[in-house]
Amino acid sequence: MSYRQARYDEPLIFELIGENDFCLMSEDEVNVPESMRRETLCLPDLSEREVVRHYVNLSQMNFGVDNGIYPLGSCTMKYNPKYADLLSSLPTVRSVHPCQDEDSLQGALQLMFELEKCLCAISGMDAVTLQPAAGAHGEFTGMLLTKAYHSANNQQRDEVIVPDSAHGTNPASAAMAGYTVVEVPSGPDGCVDLEALKASLSERTAAVMVTNPNTLGLFEKDIGTLAEMVHEAGALLYYDGANLNAIMGMTTPGMMDFDIVHFNLHKTFATPHGGGGPGAGPVGVRKFLEPFLPVPRIVSEEGKYALEFDRIDSIGKVRSLYGNFAVLVRAYAYILAKGGDGLKEVSQKAVLNSNYLKSRVAGTYEMPFAELRKHEFVISARRLAKEKGIHATDIAKALLDRGFMAPTIYFPSLVEEALMIEPTETESKETLDKYAQALLDIANGDPEDIKSAPHNTAVGRVDEVYAAKELILSWRIYQRKNGKGSL
Amino acid sequence: MADTDDPAKQTIYWDTGLGVDVTMSLDHRMLEELGIKSAEELFSDIPEKVRIEGMLLPQGKSEMEVIRTVQDMLSKNLTAEQAPCFLGGGIYHHFIPSAVSTITSRSEFLTSYTPYQAEISQGMLQSMFEYQSMISELTAMDVVNSSNYDWSTALGEAATMCHRILPKKTFLVPEAMNWEKRSVLRNYVSGPELNIVEYSYDPYTGEADLEDIRQKMTQDVCGLYIEVPNLFGIIDSRAPLLKKEFPEVPLVVGVNPLSLALVRPPGEYGADIVIGEGQSLGLPMNVGGPLLGLFACTLEHVRKMPGRLIGLTKDNAGRRAFCMTLQTREQHIRRSKATSNICTNEALLAIAVSAYLGMVGSKGLRALARINMRNAQSLMQRIDELDGFASPFFNGAHFNEFVVKTTVRPEKLNKLLLRHGIIGGMPMHKHVPRLNDHVLLTTTEMNSAEDIDRLIAALKEVVQ
Repeated sequence: MSYRQARYDEPLIFELIGENDFCLMSEDEVNVPESMRRETLCLPDLSEREVVRHYVNLSQMNFGVDNGIYPLGSCTMKYNPKYADLLSSLPTVRSVHPCQDEDSLQGALQLMFELEKCLCAISGMDAVTLQPAAGAHGEFTGMLLTKAYHSANNQQRDEVIVPDSAHGTNPASAAMAGYTVVEVPSGPDGCVDLEALKASLSERTAAVMVTNPNTLGLFEKDIGTLAEMVHEAGALLYYDGANLNAIMGMTTPGMMDFDIVHFNLHKTFATPHGGGGPGAGPVGVRKFLEPFLPVPRIVSEEGKYALEFDRIDSIGKVRSLYGNFAVLVRAYAYILAKGGDGLKEVSQKAVLNSNYLKSRVAGTYEMPFAELRKHEFVISARRLAKEKGIHATDIAKALLDRGFMAPTIYFPSLVEEALMIEPTETESKETLDKYAQALLDIANGDPEDIKSAPHNTAVGRVDEVYAAKELILSWRIYQRKNGKGSL
Repeated sequence: MADTDDPAKQTIYWDTGLGVDVTMSLDHRMLEELGIKSAEELFSDIPEKVRIEGMLLPQGKSEMEVIRTVQDMLSKNLTAEQAPCFLGGGIYHHFIPSAVSTITSRSEFLTSYTPYQAEISQGMLQSMFEYQSMISELTAMDVVNSSNYDWSTALGEAATMCHRILPKKTFLVPEAMNWEKRSVLRNYVSGPELNIVEYSYDPYTGEADLEDIRQKMTQDVCGLYIEVPNLFGIIDSRAPLLKKEFPEVPLVVGVNPLSLALVRPPGEYGADIVIGEGQSLGLPMNVGGPLLGLFACTLEHVRKMPGRLIGLTKDNAGRRAFCMTLQTREQHIRRSKATSNICTNEALLAIAVSAYLGMVGSKGLRALARINMRNAQSLMQRIDELDGFASPFFNGAHFNEFVVKTTVRPEKLNKLLLRHGIIGGMPMHKHVPRLNDHVLLTTTEMNSAEDIDRLIAALKEVVQ
């Protein structure tokens, strides 16, 4: 155990006392109508130095991929190349208004046009929209496209089928689009139970959402049969691209007969996740769905790029403007750097790392389902929980103590005491060995020490129940409640 | 470098293969330990039938080549530093103190993800709590989520949240609204099948037409939406009357948060939900993304709210700590019954906004808002003196943008201004079809007196 995170009693920014040194003062009279006038504003008034120190201190109480391995399952937390940071913050990105005349946006339009082509090649789809802002937003877009398609064919279909191992965003996105969600169980092999799927498919089924490889890290080997069944029922097959990092250059959603695909550019194509975002969630479709894609479409004529708004079958817009452009720049740069062979190597390395790490911990942790995994794998702490009272959450906290980010825990829910581990391709054997050793040490460690972890982080185990009970969600609420507690 | 003066010849000595490749090559020790010869064997579970040989993508490039290629491509964009920008309409060219990116470039923030493990993520969690708190102060609302994608998606989520609060089927919106928001809204309400009904505006003041709202306020209304400032840049003085008149109907107010430095916050006049675009608070324009959807509500409705929330709590030693809370609303717990599907959000931009507000402070923000407003006032008067323009077209009180009626078609006007090296305003007919000879002009603190003189001179010339 050699990790120590910074531990400051850093006050809230509202509690800091300082002096505003922002040199832009104006006492100009402006006439806001009296009924609309604001008299006071209570933001902190601090110097830049004080603000920078505050956030630098806070940052030291945070952990990112640049600090160490971050194998959060299904989140693909790879180390990201820094050239992408540089390119996405150029003035030709930052200082460009999206509604400028097309003539003054040619660089941006070209980049988006080229990126769409790259994503088509990677996914085996015919057309891509870059508009959705995140993976879940891509799913929602996919569901809107599904609705538009069926409605254009005068079909009343109101159900979307998702496997029980699907990411929570799948059922949530389908429900947001107004669909009734039908969950199908996984079979004993961890893959979609085809019999159960068959029983659920009907003329009411609008789409089936599949993640392949699935959240257990298993490749849905019967994908061919599955796709046939779905299409025979008249439904569309949706590909959740969260796990695309596992298959690039080996297969494509297109080859697997998917109709709609979303990409998580921030996962597969190297964008730092920013503590929760921004990401980008482009959507690719087959030719027959292209007319429904959001507007505008980027078109190219004689080397000039233009935005096309006039498309009668389009679903319209899913967010304003064209997408998270600065993220698109990063993804494009990364794809350029890697090229086709490089991306294939990314997937191979990611799968090798995952299988290697799995093999290192397999004896000590239970490993439900088949041996061979793709980019991630799920282990179970069920035995440890029964024998020593060490639960998945305890293991997670004990990993933090050792300077490692924890895996995703308690997901997928079909595995008891699940730990979902995705090492990604950017970690070395040495790092994986250390992570494996930490997992083994924890399993064999003093249960009391593990259950009281973490000890080496900025704070000890936090009281989530207190947070949900008190609901102190802002400084306003805090001030109202102050006096009741000393926090 | 070669010892020749001919630059074309010099380049042949450059090594274009420089730079870093973050994916290391396959480690054969791992293959050996797994008892396999190649990584291909790890893909034996992928049926032959769906296999591919490779992808139709170009060969990879070095870091150096990538930087050059992308830089060159993007150099075909015109920036607001190269040409004075009078374009706004929701996205604005503002000054951003350099230290904002110093803070958001901190690797510990930049390369982390959603703080599922609170103990090792206190920095992010406290920063997000501070963001929530600052937007809460600005809007005078108790609860703020830790971000939506942008204003338009926040509006979509606000409408469905109204429907959860009051399960009726009609959502009232202004006719004077950006068409993109209207389109996004329609998609977001297609799930619960809400009707979007528009109310008109007063043709003289540009403010909401209260009489029309009264007429459209049927028993079926689940929510009422108004923007302050509105599409025309007008600080709509009707907004505070709405809750008084329709106390039972959830009120959603859309804001440009910068204006709240001077304008009465919606929390003071009964808003149930406040949304807006956070971009005007220290975020770059980014060709339109990423942006930052603001989303605030009253404590009463917090359980019906979309998005992530950070709460203040304590650790096992009783020390102050922060964690995500009310996660049972969210998709990873509640799945199809979640209040929203949002997962990845715009967290880093929320930190940027907090850092910006921290540096600018109350005094700075009020000063900035004054300068924005004053610039617009002076520009609208000067344009009005020109032949061929009526400015402002509406006579309500404007914040930092205003509608001008022109005798030159707006698109043509913009092309002509571009020839003068000026980025013109936003044509209005896309948003409100009957305003087909109208353009929305915007000023910020970035428009110097010289910029404004240049615009006036160009407009004079264009009309002649």
